[in-house]
Order: sequence, then structure tokens, then C-alpha cells
Amino acid sequence: MRRRLSSVLPVLPALAVTAAIIGMTADQSRDFDSVVTIFISFLTVMAILAVFSLGLNIQWGYTGVFNFGVAGFFLVGAYTTAIMTKPPSDSEFTKYIGGFGEQLDFIPGIAGDQWLIFLFGTAAAAAVCGILAFLVSIPMLRLREDYLAITTIGVAELLRRIVIEEGSLVNGTRGLGGIPHPLSGLVSDADYKYVYLAIALAVLVLTYLAIERGIRSPWGRVLRALREDELTTEASGKNVYAFKTQGFVLGAVIMGIGGSIYAYQTRAISPETFTHFFGTFLIWTMLIVGGSGNNKGAILGAYVIWGFWQATDLIQGYHLPEAIDSRLSYFRDLTLGGLIVLVLLLRPQGLLPEESRVSIWVERRVRHLRGRAARTGPTPPDAPAVPD
Amino acid sequence: MAALEATYQRLRDEFRTRSRIAAEVASGAGLWALVVGFCVWAFLQERDAFVVGVVTGSVFALGAIGLTLIYGVLKFGHFAHGDSMMFAAYLAFFLLGGSIFGQREDIQALPISVSDLPGATHSIWHFSFGYGLLVSMVLAAVLMAALFMGLDRLIYRPLRNRKSGIVIYSIASLGLALAIRSIIFIFWGQGGRFYTGGLRDSVGLPFDIRVLNDQLFILCTALAVAGLVYLLLFRTKLGRAMRAMADNPDLARIAGINTDRIVLWTWAISGALVAIAGVMLALQAQLDPQLGFIVLLPLFAATILGGIGSPQGALVGGLVIGIIQEVTVTLNLDFIREGFPGPGYKFAVAFIVIILILLIRPRGLFGGKA
Repeated sequence: MRRRLSSVLPVLPALAVTAAIIGMTADQSRDFDSVVTIFISFLTVMAILAVFSLGLNIQWGYTGVFNFGVAGFFLVGAYTTAIMTKPPSDSEFTKYIGGFGEQLDFIPGIAGDQWLIFLFGTAAAAAVCGILAFLVSIPMLRLREDYLAITTIGVAELLRRIVIEEGSLVNGTRGLGGIPHPLSGLVSDADYKYVYLAIALAVLVLTYLAIERGIRSPWGRVLRALREDELTTEASGKNVYAFKTQGFVLGAVIMGIGGSIYAYQTRAISPETFTHFFGTFLIWTMLIVGGSGNNKGAILGAYVIWGFWQATDLIQGYHLPEAIDSRLSYFRDLTLGGLIVLVLLLRPQGLLPEESRVSIWVERRVRHLRGRAARTGPTPPDAPAVPD
Repeated sequence: MAALEATYQRLRDEFRTRSRIAAEVASGAGLWALVVGFCVWAFLQERDAFVVGVVTGSVFALGAIGLTLIYGVLKFGHFAHGDSMMFAAYLAFFLLGGSIFGQREDIQALPISVSDLPGATHSIWHFSFGYGLLVSMVLAAVLMAALFMGLDRLIYRPLRNRKSGIVIYSIASLGLALAIRSIIFIFWGQGGRFYTGGLRDSVGLPFDIRVLNDQLFILCTALAVAGLVYLLLFRTKLGRAMRAMADNPDLARIAGINTDRIVLWTWAISGALVAIAGVMLALQAQLDPQLGFIVLLPLFAATILGGIGSPQGALVGGLVIGIIQEVTVTLNLDFIREGFPGPGYKFAVAFIVIILILLIRPRGLFGGKA
């Protein structure tokens, strides 16, 4: 009975938020199309945030590196993408550097403005985030683990200040608008939401598969080992510092990709978005609630937390007392802050706990042995034991 | 040949040890020289900014002393410190005026408040506030001490019993920071407030300095509180036990120190300090829910500059960070951009300082262990 409960538990919150979103939109609009539209936009943003959650999962869940500055990488990813893909600045009211959109479409005849420039934009965002993470990691990863937390908060704050203060760099507080949409020539504007949902989900799935493959390799096991015990890992002849840097940089690269697809989705970015709360804290809540050290958990956490966020937005469609209505977003923040503490106290492993065994090789071996045992009947006494 | 090898090895080890010691001494002396040199230069060249910096810095120092105590005894970065400061400031505001939603007299949440005491709002000397604010601050300090002890029982002790890694505490404190901030927003709303209206007098001091009376009060409070904490840590049994625990918790427990009680005391003292620091912050700037997270970076910078776990370090670190912050933004580095850096970068300066200290000398000015 207990076992059954623990297998249902992870699904319940996801079902609850899905029901809440669909129920409330259906009740408010009484129109199938708008339910679909709202649910699709919810899924799209969820997929983007889940990419961040996966990136943070590599850093914190697997490597044990403590990044409190997700917002900084979010910002860098989104802005890099914007200045790569936008056309050059042409008015004195919008000043920004770059604007390479037209130069990147350099191969004639393949409709590069539909896809090529966006690949460049995303690659640039990933590269710049990776370089930034590498620079941060040089002095910090050798020091106490929580110094990195303070440093990354500082990086995020400094980057946001630079964007705001240096108005001619990326247009200051006014932000950048008119970021082009990938594959927008395929369908009409009304149907574009399906295309972008597909893109976001594809990026999410590819990221997930890549990370899963990496974590189930010897490389991933070194990361998990050094998270648990750096000294022992070092004594086994592994260069702990190098592995930590790799984990941190890879996580940042994924966050860069996330920032990039966020920029394509919203089309307009401003420094308001990349605050500590939205950029960093929300992602941490997703990972902690979903289960750090488990990629499925990271995605589930993103679904549940973003679903909760959407649901609280939808509640505002009903006539709430003014005292509550005007404070709803603060009640939501309070719930999220309390939730993170509660999960750490009551279910530290999150909704989906970390798997104890992550190895493609062992799993293949187990399947093989089990298959043979099934074919040949009872195991002979000298046969190797099947590991659980 | 073997003898030669052995001699070479011995010499090399000796050289390494000596160069490490030399680097250690040089980095310490270098950091001190940098800090003292900068402060002297700032005093001579940018006196107005220097004075403001000392006042801001004394607020940071008050916050950083509490932060460094928690860091020293409990070994984790308390990310809810800044927001707790702001919460305590609002708590004092609430006790003083009794009002929650708004400042107007007709919206009263408490039937009786501190300002109803006879003469509580008459200004003391030439300050902008009466003794009511001080009474509210003391009450807020008691409440915050109780709150911190309660939070330890509810959140941090279960984590301790489970032997969680230090980072888990920090994540929990970040969650708490968000919760505390949203509570401020829910009860008191956005927008700045002040404890008292009216004009603020200023007073002239030697060296051609003019400061607001309130600022003088903030500075004196910070120095007095730092002195009290110093006495507590170095002249009382409790202080000795706290230092022992900061040094080596296991050894302290074996020596018969009730570590659980010491942890509670640490929280209580930090809570009281948080309340005083918060009220001073609000007196110096204003009551603003956003300010809590903003001061977090300078607080950590002060703690790290002073050396983690060292209260005198936190005092010096706080003052220095305040001065650096105020002086840097008044510089006009026109060769980078006209008007660079400008006030917008005020709180980012602390981050640059953190990076520099971590590169030069992670132990800070007074730190024992790295």
C-alpha cells in the first residue's frame, strides 16, 4: 500500500495543476479554442523553464555546484540571442550592439532566415554562457562551496545592472523587441503556437536525452561521486576541479540554450524579467520540488511549479476580495518560498527521488542476466548474482 | 645519489612551506595596505562620500556581525539575513505606529501602540525620532530573537539532525528569504515609508564634516553594539563556548558544551542584531521591501572581507564596504563612459570587492582558517 502511494505521489500534483488550469480556463471562457491556446502557451513556457531546470540539475543535482545566479545566465542567453538574430539598430531610440541577423543568412537559396540564423543565435547564447561560467569557475570552484553561491548572485546582479545602466549596450530598461520567430514562414500567425510548442518540446527532449546519456556514462558517475565525497574521488585519481568545471559549464550552456528559446518565444526581453525571483528562485523551486539528481524530476518540477503559477494567474479571473486580489502574487511567492522549505524538511528527495544506479552498462548487463535467467529456468549456484 | 635526492626533496619541501608562509603574510599585509590606503585616500579626496560611506557601512557592519556569527557557529551562509533585517524594520514600524496597511491615522491595526506612550514621539536631542522608536526597536529585537530561535527549532534543527550538507541550509534560508519578503509585501505593501516625518537636523563636526544627527546616532549605535558583541564573545562563558563551537563543533561537544543551547543563543543574538540593523537601515535609507535582498550582497562582502566568523572583522568589513560603495559611485571615470559608474552600480560594487578578496585572500582581514 505504501509502495503504491509513493508511485502515485509524483503524478498527483501534476494532475492537480493540469485539472486546475483546464478547469478554470474552460469555466472562464467556455470555448474550446481558448482552452487549447492557453494550455499550449503554458506548455511552451513550461518546456523552456524545464530546460533551465535540467541545466541546474547538472550543476546542483549531479555535480553539487551551487549556482544561485541562474538569472544571470538566463539574461546572457536571451540577450545574446537577441543581438545575434535581430537586424541592426536603425533608430536612435533603440540602441544596441550587434544585430547580425542579415549577415548570418549568408547561404542563398536555403531560406536561412527561417532556421539558420536561429541556430547561430542559440549556439552563440550557449557559447557565451559557457565562457561566462568558465570565467566564474576559475577562481570560485577551488574555494568553499557557498562562495560560489554568493559569487553567482553577484554575477547576476552585476549583469542586470550593466544592462540597465549602459543604455547604448542593449537598449537599457526599454529592452529589446522584435526578435524574429524561427520557422515563422511555415504556417499562419494563428497556428504558429503549435510550431513553437514543437520547437520548445524538441529542445527539451534533446537536452534531456543528451544529459541522460552523459549521466549514465563514466563521466556522469564521476560527477555523482565527487558530489558525495570530493576527497575520495580525488584519491581515485580523478581531477575533481576539472570535473566540477565541466559540470558547471555544461549546466550554464544548457541555461544559455534555455535563454535563447525564451527570447524566440517572447520576442521582447527587458531586464525586468531576469530578476532573482523569476530567473533564479523559480528554477530552484522547480528542481527542489521535482527532485534534484533526477532529470525526469527536474521536468516534473517545472511542470508542477509553472502549472501552479499559471493557476494562480487564472484565479484572478474570478472576483476575489480586493484585499486578496491585489496581493495574489505575493501570496504565490509566499507559497513557493514555504514550499521549498517544506520539501527540504518533509521530502528532501523531491517528488521523484534520485535513482541509485545510473549506468547504461549495468542496466544492459542486468537485462541480459535477467533474460538468460528467464530462458534457462532457475539460476545455477555459480552464476553471477543479478544486482538490484 | 639517494642522499642527493633526499636533500633535494627536503630543500624543495622547505622552499614550498616558506613560500606558502610568505604568500600568506604578503597577502594579509597587502589586503590591509589596500584597505587602509583606500580609506585614507577617500577621506582626503572624497570627504562627503566618505562620511556617507561610514554611516552606510555601520549599518552593513551591524548586519554583518549577525551574519558572521551564524556563519561561524552554524557554518552556513544565511541568505535570509537581508530580508529579515527589513522585516524587523517593518515590525518596529508596526509596533511604533500600530498601522499595517498605510500610514494614515485612520487605518489602525493595533488599538494601542508604542507611540501612545506619553512623550514617545517627542524628539530626543536633535534626532528625528523620540524614545518610542527605541522602545519599538528593543521590542522588535526580542521578537526577532524569538522568531529566529523558533525557525531554528522548526527548520534548521531537523536539517541538522539529518546531517544535511551546509548547502541545504542555504537553500532553505533562500526559501525563507522569499517567504519573509512576501509577508512584508502582503502586510505593508510596496513603496517606501519613513518612521517619522519632518526635517532632519544636521550637525557640524571637525574636519569640515556635516552629518545628519540621525546618521551620527546610527554610527554610535553600530560601534556600541559591536563593542557589546565583542565583550559577549571574549569576556563571557557563553562567548567562549560560541567561539569554541565555531572553531571545532565536535571538540566543543566532547568538552561538555551543550551545543544545542549555543546554537539557540547564536540565533537569539543574531535575531536581536538583525532587528537593530534593520531599524538602522530603515532610519538611514527608508522602509522598502526590496531593500532586504539588495543589502544581502554588501553584507556578504563585509563578512568575507572581515573574515568569516570574526565580529571585529565584520565591523571593519562593513565600514570599508560602505566607504568603497559610496566613494566608487561618485568617481567619474569619464574615459569609460560619461558619468560612469553612477549610483546605479552602488550595490554591484560589493560584488567586485567579493571577487577581489576571494582572489587575493579568501580568509579576509581577521580570518583564521581559509
